[in-house]
Amino acid sequence: MKHIKTLTTRDYKESVKKGGCGECQTSCQSACKTSCTVGNQSCENTNK
Amino acid sequence: MIHQYKNNGYNIVLDVNSGAVHIVDDIVYDVIACMVENKLENVEKPAAYEALKKKFPDRAQELSELVDEIYELKENGMLFAEDSYEKSISAFQNRATVVKALCLHIAHDCNLKCRYCFAEEGEYHGRRALMSFEVGKKALDFLVANSGSRVNLEVDFFGGEPLMNWQVVRELVAYGRSLEAPHNKKFRFTLTTNGVLLNDEIMEFVNREMANVVLSVDGRKEVNDKMRPLAGGQGSYDLIIPKFQRVAKSRNQTNYYVRGTFTHFNKDFAADVCHLADLGFKQISVEPVVAPKSADYALTEADIPALLEEYDRLAAEMIRRHRAGEGFNFFHFMIDLEGGPCVYKRLSGCGSGTEYLAVTPWGDFYPCHQFVGQEEFLMGNVEDGIVNTDIRDRFKACNVYSKEKCKDCFAKFYCSGGCAANSYHFHGNINDTYDLGCALQRKRVECAILIKAALSEEDIK
Repeated sequence: MKHIKTLTTRDYKESVKKGGCGECQTSCQSACKTSCTVGNQSCENTNK
Repeated sequence: MIHQYKNNGYNIVLDVNSGAVHIVDDIVYDVIACMVENKLENVEKPAAYEALKKKFPDRAQELSELVDEIYELKENGMLFAEDSYEKSISAFQNRATVVKALCLHIAHDCNLKCRYCFAEEGEYHGRRALMSFEVGKKALDFLVANSGSRVNLEVDFFGGEPLMNWQVVRELVAYGRSLEAPHNKKFRFTLTTNGVLLNDEIMEFVNREMANVVLSVDGRKEVNDKMRPLAGGQGSYDLIIPKFQRVAKSRNQTNYYVRGTFTHFNKDFAADVCHLADLGFKQISVEPVVAPKSADYALTEADIPALLEEYDRLAAEMIRRHRAGEGFNFFHFMIDLEGGPCVYKRLSGCGSGTEYLAVTPWGDFYPCHQFVGQEEFLMGNVEDGIVNTDIRDRFKACNVYSKEKCKDCFAKFYCSGGCAANSYHFHGNINDTYDLGCALQRKRVECAILIKAALSEEDIK
């Protein structure tokens, strides 16, 4: 494309199909403890 | 839903419902804004083209080409995507939940007198106390018994200051390890410490056993020492910094954070982040204080513009340092665009009160560490399990779609509706939002995406 550059991102809609396994880290266990940040976490689903 | 913004010379278009991020030129930026304003998102391409020709009469030549590009993305579900997740999230949240993480309040006591401490210098509205091995053991047994088929279990040793009860930490790690093979579980232990009691023996144990360690320090010496004095009033900076540098080095600069809090007194917190980077730390988190409005150090509505500018300044400096080969991670700017969480995780909240519980030194359960000591949130204890299931069910029903203010917010897929405790403390309701925190969160998401956009041009990650 000439006018638009798209970054590689995870397709949310696709993630509905195989998501929800719950193996990912709990939000507050990483660093924050005072806010809720999930966008920086990695998916740990082995079947995605 | 589209969110578009300009920052540091980049035009960024975020397609909120698909998660797609587009870097566009000026004309596409204006055309997309025009399409949103005139509700052309769901109009067929020829009709949209005709309408846009009237809006951009001077750009007729290139309009056809860029409308093709826009509609190619739209057809691939990467632009103007619908929010089709609400039903899935409701079903997901009605599932039987398991407990997967505990915050063990191993010591309700502290050897610092941090002025902003939500634990009230370790006591959490209660008495000083240390968790016994017996209570901790029962908590780990409860976790294993209530974790279903989930393999990864997280246990954070928290306080107060957990190193004030170090022997119990060691014993609980050993006990947890003994449960792994028989139950097909894997414990991820983490430790949050102020560093005062850190020594070689503790560091060696932490490096062997802890998946992550959070080292509390606010940044510049004068900033840190003003808010984080020792019990006698003297500053803690000189005591802890050399130890933290050794921890960071001994962990190969990974799997740790130096973690600070900024307040009304250091709205120029980017200087604190950069100070920590200058000390050699590569994993840095400096976060806004959450405090009652009456506190002199509390952030105020009037502080917001300066804080937003400060995040922009930090983002620009981080890009500069990355390009100079001096990059570091800032926790609140980290974003995993390619391998991030599924939509369920993004929209269903942090898991407090359901998947995540805090345990007091005497074995009581609360929805998270920030509710500890507030009796109306007492959920049960390590002997009897979860007794007050109403509290669990209230937290279970809490998600992005239960919060009116989140519905039209572009950042909802990155914060999952924000912190329930902050919402409760400011509005008396876990289904509201902490508005000042939301303003900062939105800016952080913008900066995080900006950094990805800037660095993607050079393939520097």
